[in-house]
This record gives sequence, structure tokens and C-alpha cells, in this order.
Amino acid sequence: MTIETWQAQIKQAAARGGKLAIRGSGSKAFCSPPASPTAVLLDIRAHAGVVEYEPNELVIVVRTGTALAEVERVMTAAGQMLAFEAPHFGPGATIGGALASGLSGPRRPYAGALRDFVLGCKVVDGKGEHLAFGGKVMKNVAGFDVARLLAGSHGTFGVLTEVAFKCLPLPQSQQTRVFELGAEDAVVAMNRWYAAANPITASVWVGGRLYVRLAGAEPAVRLAATNLGGEALADDARWWRDWREQGHPFFAASDASSPLIRVSCKATAAFGDLGNGAEKQAIDWGGAQRWLRASSVALPAIREWARANGGFAQVFRGAAHEGERVSPLPAALVGVQQKLKQSFDPYGVFPNL
Amino acid sequence: MQAANFFEALSNVLPPDCIKTAAEDMRPYECDGLSMYRALPKCVALPENEAQLAAVVKLCHAHRIPIVARGAGTGLSGGAMPDPNALLLSTAKMMRILDVDPLACTARVQPGVRNLAISEAVAVHGLYYAPDPSSQIACTIGGNVAENSGGVHCLKYGLTVHNVRKLRVVLMTGEIIEVGSDSLDSVAPGGYDVLALMIGSEGLLGIVTEVTVKLTPKPQLAQVAMASFASVEAAGAAVGAIIAAGIIPGGLEMMDRIATEAVEGFVHAGYDLTAEAILLCESDGTPEEVADEIARVSDVLRQAGATDIKVSQNEAERLRYWSGRKNAFPATGRISPDYYCMDGTIPRKELPRVLNEIARLSGKYGLRCANVFHAGDGNLHPLIMFDANVPGELERAEEFGAEVLELCVEVGGTITGEHGVGIEKINQMCVQFSPKELTRMHEIKHAFDEHTLLNPGKAVPTLHRCAEFGKMRVTRGKPMPFAELERF
Ligand SMILES: Cc1cc2nc3c(=O)[nH]c(=O)nc-3n(C[C@H](O)[C@H](O)[C@H](O)COP(=O)(O)OP(=O)(O)OC[C@H]3O[C@@H](n4cnc5c(N)ncnc54)[C@H](O)[C@@H]3O)c2cc1C
Repeated sequence: MTIETWQAQIKQAAARGGKLAIRGSGSKAFCSPPASPTAVLLDIRAHAGVVEYEPNELVIVVRTGTALAEVERVMTAAGQMLAFEAPHFGPGATIGGALASGLSGPRRPYAGALRDFVLGCKVVDGKGEHLAFGGKVMKNVAGFDVARLLAGSHGTFGVLTEVAFKCLPLPQSQQTRVFELGAEDAVVAMNRWYAAANPITASVWVGGRLYVRLAGAEPAVRLAATNLGGEALADDARWWRDWREQGHPFFAASDASSPLIRVSCKATAAFGDLGNGAEKQAIDWGGAQRWLRASSVALPAIREWARANGGFAQVFRGAAHEGERVSPLPAALVGVQQKLKQSFDPYGVFPNL
Repeated sequence: MQAANFFEALSNVLPPDCIKTAAEDMRPYECDGLSMYRALPKCVALPENEAQLAAVVKLCHAHRIPIVARGAGTGLSGGAMPDPNALLLSTAKMMRILDVDPLACTARVQPGVRNLAISEAVAVHGLYYAPDPSSQIACTIGGNVAENSGGVHCLKYGLTVHNVRKLRVVLMTGEIIEVGSDSLDSVAPGGYDVLALMIGSEGLLGIVTEVTVKLTPKPQLAQVAMASFASVEAAGAAVGAIIAAGIIPGGLEMMDRIATEAVEGFVHAGYDLTAEAILLCESDGTPEEVADEIARVSDVLRQAGATDIKVSQNEAERLRYWSGRKNAFPATGRISPDYYCMDGTIPRKELPRVLNEIARLSGKYGLRCANVFHAGDGNLHPLIMFDANVPGELERAEEFGAEVLELCVEVGGTITGEHGVGIEKINQMCVQFSPKELTRMHEIKHAFDEHTLLNPGKAVPTLHRCAEFGKMRVTRGKPMPFAELERF
């Protein structure tokens, strides 16, 4: 019923030049494209519930308005997880919001990104058509991989209504080792230890300390802990949850006056003092994600550094305008993107990316 | 535009030995691994580098000449089958490994590099490229990207899409784009995931000229457990039981007796020929981890009714167990003049039902069928055996195959897990997708290729074709799956 209502609403907006914006709990509004001021909100929370979950199939199919916490609860009870460790950024975060923003947490370098676990996805597009792409099996190459294209599309193509994710078993055992280390050495250590086939599932350097999470089969974790050394971290599950949710003091009070800049770069890029002091930087994702507490006037220089190191930089929290949040794209790619947008949302009902 | 002008212009952008126009020179390109579909292209171009390749594409664009890209031609769905009106663009001369970064665990390679050549080149660093299609000695990374190929290790290590970081792509206009990045983000903030869209696009959206792959640290140890079962159903149930125990093995493959018999006559892998089905279950990691996992797997297998379990005791033995699985296709080729390899994927719980149904269809069509498959992923490869020289057998094989694919869709699966749609499964696309989704896919193609010049007629059927197929199915007198869905 909800879907038919949305379809009608979208068709009406399309016919009359109206604007719509899709919203779950609003937990990720700060890193999403802004809605038109005249936009009417579509609340996806009206469309909630697990459609199908058979742990033995390693697949969960959920309506996108379902709370992320609820999905995680159901999966934990069955001994499984969404391995990309989606950040919630708020108590009411929905699975649809996670999907549309495409964000992944600390396990990303080792298990894969959100889009890597998408098996299928349904969308009501800007013409009001309800389309289904992908499916609910592990491998599927029939037609273009539109389901993964929809992941991270930030509600610009339409309302994502249902998603199928690949699930993985929870690791048998887990522990985190902490090392007192400088930033330069931490980058090297993160990369070396991974390349040496240690069962690492997260690594972060912050405040002069390197945190390495080991998880997997009990004997492997125990052995790696002995080999790597360091100190054990008490209540590490909680530490990693805080880190993922940006509840760690490093992230405190990020807003326009003190923005949080995200740099995505080659994991091996040597530490660059981009924030004017090592305490202004944290190194995440085995080196491939760097967080900076720096003023946005430094953004052009940071972007240049990121480009030279194989990636991008953006103001993640506290962007003063869209130009700080998104990166300029090359012309040929802009052309393709506009045509993609045009095919899903020809009447411009939804925001632009 | 006159053809002579085109060839003249082509000879200005490519050296003479990079163009082939004589029928006898083009013969080697007339089909891919799906050899029942053959045609000679208009001409063959073999650019030596990206600049030449882009110039060829630009020229074709100006002359509105379609292009079919080709890697090694091992594809099993006719994706690289030539079109008499199209230029065949081979990447055979672009096979250099450009850069290996052992610390970042990445390699940057040209599209014509063979899949196995990457792993061989990085082995000195203790790394490898994880997706390992059985054709890995021959198939190219460009072909792998176009098909989103998998291998026997992809339940744990992912498909091509999970192991590619960045692509350089020549668009049909001759413009070059880079998608993905050297970081872990597949898109820049404000971008759509065009990298994901390119992978598995079967040469319909652009020509890949450079691939940056993710490399995986080689596990210290790998061991494989080989279990025998008295029935295919029992083996199928054992697969579910392993997953239920929270184990994601490095590889989990099944073969039925027809397949093991064919293989044993070919490579002597040591398979139990008294078993109706065997499972190969690989465990990798540190020696402690492997010992622990093999013990758990063996318990599960025994409880699931395995009649015998052997565990490889050394690397030579492990490779021998796998050699049978990896040679299952050629082995089938030895016991039958022709075979037709299907590629549907189903929810694992449907394995017993689908395998029984395949056995029934085998009787109905009077054709033998061996089952070799990626059991962990539910990706089936029924090998339908036939003799093309016996009138009517090829048609029967194709009908048998079509029924299997439609069954896969019916139980909630897909018509292709890793071999692609190509020309082969183009009709079954009409069964899996409604006209709305197919229209959207055509629009997506147009976003990249306005004049439909890249691999035309492949992968996504026109609605007209679906309508014709629908009529044909009705007249065949079979019930249509999803008869309730709108059709033209
Ligand atoms: C014995 C055997 C075993 C096989 N086992 C497996 C398996 O285990 N798993 C699996 O997934 N597949 C398997 N295959 C199928 C096949 O090997 C794969 O699909 C492989 O990726 C094809 O690579 P290729 O270089 O031969 O590509 P081709 O067959 O030459 O081309 C395949 C498609 O890619 C396009 N293409 C090629 N190069 C480019 C490029 N640079 N840019 C854009 N498009 C391009 C072509 O147009 C075509 O559509 C097997 C095949 C055989 C014969």
C-alpha cells in the first residue's frame, strides 16, 4: 500500500513539477545532498520489516524503512552480521538510509564496502515505476548491476524500497591490540601486518595509539595477538562501536566552525601533516581513510594531497556548502552521470547528487 | 560512409600488422567458447596501446561502425561472438603488467593480461589475485571485468566486482574515463558507482583499457576435504549444514557421479567413483586455523551422512583434488562430442529440487547431463551432452538448457551466475526481467553509448525480441513462467 501511495505521489509531483525528498530518521542528513526547500518528505519508515531471512542462505531481504538496529538484532541472534559494519549516526537509523548513503564502517578494508554485499534492490523511480534489480542469490550477472549502482545514490534516483544483503557469520573470537606508535610507523604497520595475512578486521591510529582488531577462528586470533604483541584493549566491542559512530572524543563537536574532513587515499600513503599537528588527524581503514579536524580553508590543499595519493577529500561534517561535500568530476563522467540521473528521474522530482 | 574510407582511416591509426581483413586471418575470431554461434567480423583490430585503441573507437564512432570487444574468447555465452557489420576489437596485444604495489596489495594491468599471469607475477610477494575462473590460464582480466567472473574461491574472496579497484575505460566517443580509485572508495563524493556498473556489463558500456586489481595475501596453508555422498540430495544438504555451522570455506564445490567419472578418465584426481556425489571443501588460513576448521567441517560432513572423507595431506594432493574440478569441462568434452554448459544460480535450499528436476529433464530430452558446480554459492553448471552431428540434438540441448534456466528463475534464482547473458541467454532475460527493467537497462546503455554501437544485440534483449519469444513460448504450448506479468 505504501508503495502504491508513493508511486501516486511521485507521478503527481512529476506531472506538476513538484519536488520530493526521501527521509528515514534523518541520521545521515548531514552528509546527504540537500533537499529542495519546497520538497515534500517521503518517510520510508512506513515501509518496514524483514521480508525474508534464512541464515543458511546467507541472505537477508528487508524493507528499507526497517531500523538498522533491528536488522542487526535479528542477525546477531542468528550468529550473523552485515560485515560492512554500517555506521548508524543516530538511534533511529534505517537500513534504507545506510544503503542510500553507502557508508561503511571499520571493517571496510578487510571485508568489503556496503555495495559489495548488495545482492538486489528495488526502487520506485522518478517516473513512479517500481523496478527490481539483482536478486537474492550469491551470484547474479543477468543484466547490468543496477542494484550496486543504487547503493550510495543518496535518494537521487528514487525511493529504495527493498534490499537483499549477503550476510556473514559472526567471527568466533575477537580481540584488539593497542600499540603506542607514531603516525608514520602506524601507517607502515597497518599495511605490513595485513599483507602478512594476519586476521585483521579493523585498524585505527588516533592520539598516538594504534588499535588493531583481530577476529576470526580462535586459534588464528590468539596466534596473531602473540605475534603482533601490544596490549589488549578491555571492552573492545564498545570502543569500536564508539569509533564507528564517531562518538570517540576525536570527533567531538564537529560542525561548521570546526569541521570534520574525510580523506580517502591509498592505504600506503605516508602520513601527511594536513591538520597542522598529528593530534588533528586520525588514520582509519588500514590507512585508506584519514579524518582531519582542520578548517575548511585548508580543503584545497588537502584535496590536492588526496588527489596525489589516489583519492579524494570532502568536508564530512560541517560543510558550509555543497562544493565542500562533493568533489568535482571530470567532464566525460559528468555527462554519463547526468544521463543516468535523467533516465531514473527525468522530471527532477528528487534532489541532485 | 564508404567502407573503403573506413579501412583507409583505420590503416592510419593502426600499424598494418594490427588489422586483419582476410577471411582466413579472421577465422580464429569467429566464435568464443560457445562455439555453436559463429560469424566472421567486418574486420579485426588489435591495438597495441590505449591511444591506438581510443583512436579506433573514435573512428568507429564517426563511421557508426559497431564494435565487439574480445579478450581471449573463452566466454561461454557468445559475448565476444563477432557481428558481420562490426569491427572486432581484440586486446591480445595489450598484455603488460604495468605496476605491482606489494605493500598496498594492488596491481595495475592492461586488459589483455591473463588472469593467472597476475597471480604468477605477484607470487614472489606472497600475494595472489583471488578470483580464479577455471579458464584462468587463458581468460583475460578484461574479459573477467566484462563478465564479473567468479571462481571456486569466490564465496569467501568475492567475484571480480569485489576485487577491482579502478578501471580506465574508453567510451564509444573515444573519451577516456577513470572509474574507481586507488583508495577504497569506488566513487568520489558526489559520484555514482559507475565502477560497479561497468563490471559485468559485457562490453556494452565501454572498452576497458586498464584494470587496477586488489591482491590478496596468500594464506599460509590451504587444505581440502573431499567427502563422498550416497545421493546428490545428501551432498546438497551438507552444503547448507556447513554454512549453518558458521563456516565460510575457501571453496565449496560439488560434482555428481557423471562428472567424477568423466574427470577420472581424464586427470586421475583420485575421486570416489562409488559415490553419487562428492564435495570438495577447502579451508585456508594459518595452520592452527586450518586444523580447527577442517576438524569442524569433517564433523559436519560426517553428521550430514558423508560415506567417506579424505583430507589433502600436502600441496600436491590438494592440487590433484582440485585438478579434477578445474578440468571438469574439458573432461566432459572428452566423453561427449559436444556439451552445453549452463550457469543458473539458485538459493542453496533449492538444490535437491532443482537437481532432481534436471535429472528428469535429462530423461525427457534423452541427453546426458553432468553436474559440476559452485555449491557454496548455489551456482549450477549442468553440462548437457549432445552430438551436433545428430540432427535435432543441438536443438534439444538448447531447449533442455532453456528449461533449466527458467526453473532457476522460478525457484528465486537467476539465469546466469557468472558466464553472462551474451547472445545465448538473451531470451531468458525476458523471463527474468519485466519490460520496465529492460527499458531501464537500455536507457543506461544509451547514457554511455548513444548510437548502440558497443556489442549490439547482446546481454539486454529488445522488447520486440521478448515479444517474439513470448509468442513462441505460447505456441510451444508450455505455461509461461510469470504469466501474470505484463508482456508486449
Ligand atoms: C573451460 C572454461 C572454464 C570456465 N570457467 C569459468 C569459471 O570458473 N568462472 C567464470 O566466471 N567463467 C568461466 N568461464 C567463462 C570465461 O572464461 C569467462 O567469462 C572469462 O572472463 C572470459 O574472458 P575472455 O578474456 O576469454 O573474454 P571473451 O570471451 O573474449 O569476452 C567476454 C566478454 O567480455 C567482453 N570484453 C572482453 N574484453 C573487454 C574489454 N577490454 N573491455 C570491454 N569488454 C570486453 C567481450 O565483448 C565479451 O562480451 C570458463 C570458460 C571456459 C572455456
